[in-house]
Amino acid sequence: MGLKNFSKDAVVGVVGVGSFGTVIANMLAEKNQVLVYARKEEVVQEINQFHRAQNREFNPSIRATHDPEKLCNSCHTIFFMVPSSGFQEVARRFSPFLQPYHLVIHGTKGLCLDLPEGKDLDSLKSINRRRILTMSEVLQKETVAVRVGCLAGPNISKELGLSQPAATVIASKFNEVILEGQRLLRSEKFQVYGNSDIIGVELSGVLKNIIAIAAGALAGLGLGENAKGLLISRGMVEMVHLSKALGGSVKSIFGLAGVGDLVTTCNSVNSRNFTVGYRLAKGEKLSEILADMEEVAEGINTIKIIKGFLESADLRAPITENLYRVLFEELEIEEALQFLMKYPFNVDVDFV
Amino acid sequence: MEEKYIKHRYEPILPSKDEWPVVKLARERKDFVKKVSEKAQRRILNQTGNSAEILKEELETTLYREKLRIKQNPWVVDPDDEAEFWGKVKASLLHVNSENKLNDAQRIQEYQQILESITSRYSEEIASNFKHQHYKFIRSVVTFGFARLLNAARVKGFKSIFSNQYSLQDKIQITGETDQLRDLATKGTIVMVPTHFSNLDSILIGWIISVLGLPPFIYGAGLNLFNISIFAYFMDALGAYKVDRRKKNLVYLETLKTYSKEAIRFGCHSLFFPGGTRSRSGMIESKLKLGLLSTAIEAQRSNYQHGLDEINGKVFIVPVTINYHFVLEAPSLIRDYLSITGQERYYKENDEFSTSYKISKFLIKFFTKGSDISVSVGKAMDVLGNYVDENGDSLDQHGRVINPKHYFMSNGEVNVDHQREEEYTQMLGKRIVEEFHRINRVFSSHLVAFTAFEMIQARNSKLDLFDLIRLPEEDIFIDYQEFKDACQRVYDQIMRLREEGKIKIAPHMKQGMDEIIAHGLDNVGMYHAKRPLIQNKQGQIVTEDISLLYFYHNRLHGYGLEKLF
Repeated sequence: MGLKNFSKDAVVGVVGVGSFGTVIANMLAEKNQVLVYARKEEVVQEINQFHRAQNREFNPSIRATHDPEKLCNSCHTIFFMVPSSGFQEVARRFSPFLQPYHLVIHGTKGLCLDLPEGKDLDSLKSINRRRILTMSEVLQKETVAVRVGCLAGPNISKELGLSQPAATVIASKFNEVILEGQRLLRSEKFQVYGNSDIIGVELSGVLKNIIAIAAGALAGLGLGENAKGLLISRGMVEMVHLSKALGGSVKSIFGLAGVGDLVTTCNSVNSRNFTVGYRLAKGEKLSEILADMEEVAEGINTIKIIKGFLESADLRAPITENLYRVLFEELEIEEALQFLMKYPFNVDVDFV
Repeated sequence: MEEKYIKHRYEPILPSKDEWPVVKLARERKDFVKKVSEKAQRRILNQTGNSAEILKEELETTLYREKLRIKQNPWVVDPDDEAEFWGKVKASLLHVNSENKLNDAQRIQEYQQILESITSRYSEEIASNFKHQHYKFIRSVVTFGFARLLNAARVKGFKSIFSNQYSLQDKIQITGETDQLRDLATKGTIVMVPTHFSNLDSILIGWIISVLGLPPFIYGAGLNLFNISIFAYFMDALGAYKVDRRKKNLVYLETLKTYSKEAIRFGCHSLFFPGGTRSRSGMIESKLKLGLLSTAIEAQRSNYQHGLDEINGKVFIVPVTINYHFVLEAPSLIRDYLSITGQERYYKENDEFSTSYKISKFLIKFFTKGSDISVSVGKAMDVLGNYVDENGDSLDQHGRVINPKHYFMSNGEVNVDHQREEEYTQMLGKRIVEEFHRINRVFSSHLVAFTAFEMIQARNSKLDLFDLIRLPEEDIFIDYQEFKDACQRVYDQIMRLREEGKIKIAPHMKQGMDEIIAHGLDNVGMYHAKRPLIQNKQGQIVTEDISLLYFYHNRLHGYGLEKLF
C-alpha cells in the first residue's frame, strides 16, 4: 500500500497539465517532489524527457505519469486541476485508487451536473440545487476522499508563471487540509489564506466568471471605467444572491476568492472569460469564438447551469439572464445593455 | 419476501451472561468509574491548556451553575448531600484562591484535586447499575405479563388468560437487517441509533434487543426518567446510565462523553437517541445532537491508535426507526413545539408520562386495543457512514472494500485531530438522517394525516402555520372523494420513492385505497381524547384537533411530498 513508502518529503500529485495545473505543479516543485498526471501518453513522455509539453515549461524535477493508480499510491496530497467538463470523468477514473487518507485539493472554477440517465442540460427546463454539483461535491460523490479542499483566488497563470506576488485561498471544512495546502504552496511571493466555507469559496470562483464575460463585453463596446465600476458592484450583488441560494456564505464573496478574483478577472485581457465577452461585443458569434479557444471558458457553461437553476428558484439574476440570451438566443449585446440600464435595481445594498 | 415480519425467537448470541459486556462492566464498575474520572480529568486539563487561570474559571463556573441548579431546579433523584458537596468545593476553591504563597504548578495541582473530586462524583453518578437478576425479571415481566394482557383482550373466554395465541411480537413487528445486526454484535461493538418519539421507546428498544438474542445495550437515559420509580427500576435493569440535562457545565459534559467513549471501547454495545430528546414536532429528526455520537467516532479512533485494527475493535452504527400509529405524548409534544417555534417565551412542560398511574393506564390501553408498532433495523455502517459487508468490512460507494482507519491517518499515522472528528461527526449525523428516511415505514395513519393536513393547508395558502392551527376545527371539512384522490396521489409518489429505495411501507398499505383510508382513520392517534382525523356522519373527513393532525402529518415531512399540493 502506498502508505508504506510515505516519508516527510512525500510526493505531491497534480492531476491535469493545463495552464493553471502546470503553474501550480511548478510552484509545488520548488519545495516538494511532484508527480503530474496527464491522460495522453505523448504528453507524459514529453514532460519526462524534455520538461516541456504543449508549450509549457515544467520544472525539471517534475515527473509525469498516465497511470492514476501510480499517482494515488505515491502521493498523499493530490491537486485536481482539470476543467469542469472533464472533472467527473477524471474523478471516476481516480476513484478506484483513492483512499480515505488522501487529501484532495482542486482548482476548478466551474460546476457539474448530476443528471438522470439519458438527460442532458438542454433537455431539462429547470435544474434544482440537488442536481448541481460543485467540484468538491463531485469528489465526495464519486470518490471516497472526504478531506477535500479547493483553491481559488485571483491567480492568472501567466502572472504566477512570472513569479509576480499573488495570493490564493484554500477552503476546506478540515483545518488539516488548509494547513497542508499552506505548507505546500506558501512562499515569499505567494500568500495562502484559509477559509472553512468551501461551498462559498467555490461558488465565488464559479460565479465571478459570469461577470467577467460581461466585463469583457463592456470593454469590447468601448465603454469606460464608470460602466465597469457599475458592473462590478451590481455583479457582486448578483453573486451574493446566487451564492446564498446555492448554499454558500455571503462572507466569502467579500474575500480574496470573491471580490478579489472578480476585480482581477474583470480587468484582465488575459482571462478567457473576459475574452469571450470582448469578442462577442466585437460582433463575433459564440461558435466562432469557441472554435479557436485553446482552453475552455468556464463562464459559458456556468451561465447555462445558473440559467437552469434560476428556473427552479424564486430568484432573479438579470446579468446572468441577459448574458444567456446574448450567448444562446442571439440577443444583441447593445440591447442587453439597454435592458440592464432600465432594470429597476433601485436599492443599492440589500443583502447585509 | 423482504416484507415478512420476523416472528421467531432468536437464540441468544452469547448464551452465558458472564460473557455479556454489560455484565463484565458491572463487575468492574469501580475500576471503570475510576478510569472514566481520570480520563475526563485529563481531557479537561488538555482543554484548559494546563493554565491555572482557565481551570479556576471553569471550576468556578461549574460551582456557580450547580448551586443555581440545586436552588432552582431540584429533583427527587438528586442525592441528599449535594449542597454539602458543593459547599466543600466552594471552600476549597476559596482556600486555593486566597493562598498567596503557591506558585503556578502548585496552584494547578490544588485545582486539579478539586477537579478530581468533581469528576469522580460525576462519573459515579453517571455510571449504570446493571443487575442481571433485575434484567431477567424485567424481561419476563414485559414478555410474559404483556402477553397475558394481550391474549386476555383478544381471545374470548375464560381460558384466554392462559392462551398463547398472541405474543408481543404480533403487536410489535421487527423488520430489516436483523441478521446482520446479530452477526456484527458478535464481532464488533454496536452503536444503535433509533428515532425517538415517545418515552416508551427506551423500553421498547430494550425489549427488541432481548428478542433479537442480543446482550443488553447500555444507553444514556435522561435523569428525569429516574424520578419516576417504575422507570428508574426499568432503566437500571436495562443497563441505562444517567444523563442529566440540567448540567451543562464543561466538567460534566466531558465526564459524560468520556463515560460513553470508554464504554464503547470496553466493548459494550450502546444505544443513543441521536435526536437528543423526543421529536417535538413529530418529524423524523433532521438535526442530531452530536455530542454522544462523537464519542463513537472517538472510541473508534482510539481503538485504531491502540492497534485494535481488526473487527473486534470496530464500531458499527445501526440506525433504527420506530413507527407508531399513536404517540401518547403527542398533544404535549406538539404544544411544546408550537410554542417554542412560535417564540412564546414561557411554556409549561406537561408530561403524560409524569406518573406511574398514567403509564400503567396507557400500557393497558395499548395492549388491549389494536395499535401496531413496527421497528425497522437499518443496514450497519462504519463510523463514517459507509455500509459494511457481511464480514463487517467497510465499502465505498462503488462497493470496494476500504479501511476506515485511513480516515484517521495523516502522514501515514493515526493522529488525534478534534476538528477533523467534529466534521466526521457532522457527516455521520447526516448519514444517519438519510438512513432514517430510507428505513422509515409508512403507515396508513401517516398517509391520511399527511394528506388531510396538506389539503387544509393548500386551501388556506395565505395563512402561516400558526394561523392555520388556530382555524376553528368545526369549519374544516374535506369531501371524501377529493380526499381519496389526494391520498392516491401521495400514495403513488410514495410507491415511486419506495422503488428508488428511499422509503418503506407497512404491509397494510397494500390494499385498496378505501381500505387503507379506513385503516388509517381508525388508527391515527386512536387513543387521544380529541382525534386528529375522523369521518363524520355525512362521510366527510374532519379533524377534532388540528395541532395533533399536524404532528402526525409531520412524519412524512422531508420527502418532498408537499409538492403534490
